[in-house]
Amino acid sequence: MEYVNPEGLRLDGRRPMEMRQLRAEIGVVSKADGSAVFEMGNTKVIAAVYGPREVQNRSQQSNDQALVRCEYSMANFSTGDRRRKPKGDRRSTEISLVIRQTMEACILTHLMPRSQIDIFVQVLQADGGTRSACINAATLALADAGIPMCDLVTSCSAGYLNGTPLLDLNYVEDSAGGPDVTVGILPKLDKVTLLQMDSKLQMDTFENVMQLAIEGCKAVASYIREILLENTKQLESRRGVK
Amino acid sequence: MRGLQLSLNKGQKLRLDRALERLESLSSKANSDASVTVADNISVDYEDAILKGHGTAEMDGRVVATLCGVVERVNKLVYVRTLRARYKPEVGDIIVGRVIEVAPKRWRLEINFSQDAVLMLSSMNLPDGIQRRRTAVDELNMRSIFEENDVICAEVRGFQHDGCLHLQARSQKYGKLKRGQLLTISPYLVKKRKQHFHYLDQYGIDLILGCNGFVWVGEHVEVKDDMVEDLSNKSEQQNVKSWNMMGDEEVEEIYTPPETRQNICRTANAIRVLSTLGFMITVEVVMEVVNLSISLDLDIHEMLGAEFYVIVAEKEAERRSMSTKRR
Repeated sequence: MEYVNPEGLRLDGRRPMEMRQLRAEIGVVSKADGSAVFEMGNTKVIAAVYGPREVQNRSQQSNDQALVRCEYSMANFSTGDRRRKPKGDRRSTEISLVIRQTMEACILTHLMPRSQIDIFVQVLQADGGTRSACINAATLALADAGIPMCDLVTSCSAGYLNGTPLLDLNYVEDSAGGPDVTVGILPKLDKVTLLQMDSKLQMDTFENVMQLAIEGCKAVASYIREILLENTKQLESRRGVK
Repeated sequence: MRGLQLSLNKGQKLRLDRALERLESLSSKANSDASVTVADNISVDYEDAILKGHGTAEMDGRVVATLCGVVERVNKLVYVRTLRARYKPEVGDIIVGRVIEVAPKRWRLEINFSQDAVLMLSSMNLPDGIQRRRTAVDELNMRSIFEENDVICAEVRGFQHDGCLHLQARSQKYGKLKRGQLLTISPYLVKKRKQHFHYLDQYGIDLILGCNGFVWVGEHVEVKDDMVEDLSNKSEQQNVKSWNMMGDEEVEEIYTPPETRQNICRTANAIRVLSTLGFMITVEVVMEVVNLSISLDLDIHEMLGAEFYVIVAEKEAERRSMSTKRR
């Protein structure tokens, strides 16, 4: 199948190095400490953060750092064919673990001893790149909850089809079976916290694809930063001085 | 906007936006770009020695923020004041909390902090007001003082060496709160002041603005300082039972008049409106909103309607612009 046509356009009309439309909203769950909706094109993810709060299971409590938990699930209606079991399968467990490890890397857990932070992410609409969207949504929700972090984690995926590196794969491109690289970075520290790849790639092309994904992450980071700053300013101005 | 699910019509939406814009323009004049997000650089003069406070970290020799908030500078100290975060206790804060567990010699309280607070049996005055060692009998009768799910007002005593947060309630004004409503708001909306207990005498209600974002609106209770009375007329004290003797039939029979109940609801709704709009909550502002609702002749439930939100936002914008002009 042809994923990039001779004019250099992809199936959904994007250029190979073009990202999908980003949209983010903070404070969508009123009872949560922090929450956000993040959209990358047709992929839509909601994240809610509870905590830092008292540890529910006392045996897991540690006296020098916070416990981070994460639960990923897909809504039954998120994909074209309705799925029966939205959580508890291998894929969700794996993604939960990935998100937890990525977020743990940036949260300053030593500042909140004897507490736990729960991150719940749910995919409302799946159109490829759910992993990245989940991480971006979780970052926003954590920042909204006022949890100290050393940097924002942002994530983006990239692939390689028809001999062209493609940024931010959608569902059709994702299910083509080609290589799919998901990268999560700390943009300010310039560190990689997540790197996953399906299938195989040559060393030199891999570098190109990964570089492309990193560029995508940076674009997401600047967008997230904008949203957060606007939100902070708004809250501060509403609160008023004295 | 967070938690504001209103069906505003076109005109109301326009007015609300205009009022909020006005607020924004007012504050941007007052403080220049001090807002930061996670991993933003904080500009400091590296020639001077600085102290890094909460919400800051050092990265490659530069000071960066680890939170979203507003940069505050006090002499050498540079810190980030958070908005919308959980409560951070400070010694002496007055807080409102809910009992979640009765444990040996202590109660555990939920106070919107990262861990539960502990109120020791020995760090509170007994209802009979007598100072003595706490015996095993007292320990067995702890449920007669506070039970699970009771709402309590107390003061932050400090962190013990094991890292637990301890509270104390060594006065008659602290203790169980009854016949009222508990509201949960964001702690950044409560300003720390000298006075957190307010008696609104024209409505006969008590308002406690807990520093942890828990706000109590309840029927007014007369606080008796038994410590003083104890010495003078002990015999009389035995007859007249103090208000916070729990589990007494006499106390249970006290009836809250409907007017007071309505006043409680009105005040609570005023706080709900203000916190949804994200305005700072002080007793003066709350009273202003309550009086506004009365002068507009609104029913209590109408206060949560879209129109009242818009009016409150407009009034607030007006009030703030007046106060800046005066300065």
